[in-house]
Amino acid sequence: MTALAEAPAELPVRKTSARKRLVPYWLLLPGILWLIVFFALPMVYQASTSVQTGSLEKGFQVTWHFQTYWDAFKEYYPQFVRSLLYAGTATVLCLLLGYPLAYLIAFKAGRWRNLVLVLVIAPFFTSFLIRTLAWKTILADGGPVVHALGSLHVLDVTNWLGWTEGNRVLATPMAVVCGLTYNFLPFMILPLYTSLERIDSRLHEAAGDLYATPATTFRKVTFPLSMPGVVSGTLLTFIPASGDYVNAELLGSTDQKMVGNVIQSQFLRVLDYPTAAALSFILMAIVLVMVTVYIRRAGTEDLV
Amino acid sequence: MALLKWLRRNLVVIAGLATLAYLILPNVVVMVFSFNKPNGRFNYSWTRFSTDAWKDPCGVADMCGSLSLSLQIALWATIGATALGTMIAFALVRYRFRARGAINSLIFLPMAMPEVVMAASLLTLFLNMGAKLGFWTILIAHIMFCLSFVVTAVKARVMSMDPRLEEAARDLYAGPAQTFLRVTLPIALPGIAAGALLAFALSFDDFIITNFNAGSTVTFPMFVWGSAQRGTPVQINVIGTAMFIIAVVVVAAGQFIANRRNNSAKA
Repeated sequence: MTALAEAPAELPVRKTSARKRLVPYWLLLPGILWLIVFFALPMVYQASTSVQTGSLEKGFQVTWHFQTYWDAFKEYYPQFVRSLLYAGTATVLCLLLGYPLAYLIAFKAGRWRNLVLVLVIAPFFTSFLIRTLAWKTILADGGPVVHALGSLHVLDVTNWLGWTEGNRVLATPMAVVCGLTYNFLPFMILPLYTSLERIDSRLHEAAGDLYATPATTFRKVTFPLSMPGVVSGTLLTFIPASGDYVNAELLGSTDQKMVGNVIQSQFLRVLDYPTAAALSFILMAIVLVMVTVYIRRAGTEDLV
Repeated sequence: MALLKWLRRNLVVIAGLATLAYLILPNVVVMVFSFNKPNGRFNYSWTRFSTDAWKDPCGVADMCGSLSLSLQIALWATIGATALGTMIAFALVRYRFRARGAINSLIFLPMAMPEVVMAASLLTLFLNMGAKLGFWTILIAHIMFCLSFVVTAVKARVMSMDPRLEEAARDLYAGPAQTFLRVTLPIALPGIAAGALLAFALSFDDFIITNFNAGSTVTFPMFVWGSAQRGTPVQINVIGTAMFIIAVVVVAAGQFIANRRNNSAKA
């Protein structure tokens, strides 16, 4: 920016343009260098680590041992499947729960709009770990939620479906999905709200004038126009949820471990770096492939 | 029948408010349990009312230390990421140059990557370089993952900016420095502020990347994580409640200012 500011105005035209052409590069240099050194280069190191063999005592060597990938996948594919299943379920729930709230803020809140927005954004600034721990209290075994679900016989159904177990919610898939949904809900609501807010209200009036019922208006006008928000919202919830290990650790039991939990314990406790690196690359590959296919199908280019 | 009709008409509002309740419920629980006096080490069930924790918020060993460390890291990460990110955003919006596509994807990728993957890869880099894990590795990591979000926030604002305003300034004989300081920067400021606020929140609250790259350094989220195993002091709820209230006030004030500015611009 200083380069931009200091360029004297009265320089000869040709010299100015030569200097000017360099301005964007100077602006980009520090930030891009940071990303290359601390984002791209680490990926290279991780790739190299994933094909190493050895031990912590003797040191690791690159032996192009691709077998690690297969072994890691074979051993931990239940965790992979579970991660995608939990993250997918949480994403769908976020969409179903988040859409009405985003719609409410965009079209119905009126003068309450700012208050509701503040209440959606404020949790961002409160430690999410504290809030996740609060779910332990809410879903506690003898607590009101479990009691209510039990007396409404909801737990009988969820027990039968395998979502809960033995009339408790904590340490079951339901608790983990509930936590994931809760944690990533604002990431769904905000993009949805942004794209809903951009819709010209005259389109709604036009649809009404053409005898569309509110439901038809929603299906044919509002929802299609909110697609950019739906796409970025689902990505912003699915991607982080698929790698999360906090909810599974705090709200689940050993039966709900996700792939993030495995990567964390392999890296920080077992210290089996090659396996951990291979697992994290498999996760990255799965997510990138799914995201690419999804974006192609949903057909929105301007995500960023 | 009338009730059913009313329910149907207000379905969206009811569903939206239910979601809002779901979002706020944990904050309410955190607030209520900050006034609890638990029997054991864990503050998960209600025993009896007490204001002890509020009178002595730093009474737990190491908690306030971790809190001040997190605030320092968040502050520096915000400054670093906002400076670097704003420069990138300006370059991307205002200039046409080669490698623009590649740079766009390099900025998009950190946001499209599960955090655990970035955390693990950064750790392999630090291990290979023999870096000592602690304050600096955390700060480096935080600037890295906040950067993309700042770029996105600032870019959105600069893109919606009318370039004719700057032309007008130049026509009125403002120098480049004057144009930038008096016209460009003030218009871009809300975007920069939004990016900075986002960076602060992301850094302050980050657990996964910090967990991998902190070594034995304990930030506030790491302290909370550890307390889930060791026993959660009530003071954690006090801090959580205070943070929520501060956040509501800050965000509300920001919205209020933005609103007033919009209204006066319209008038």
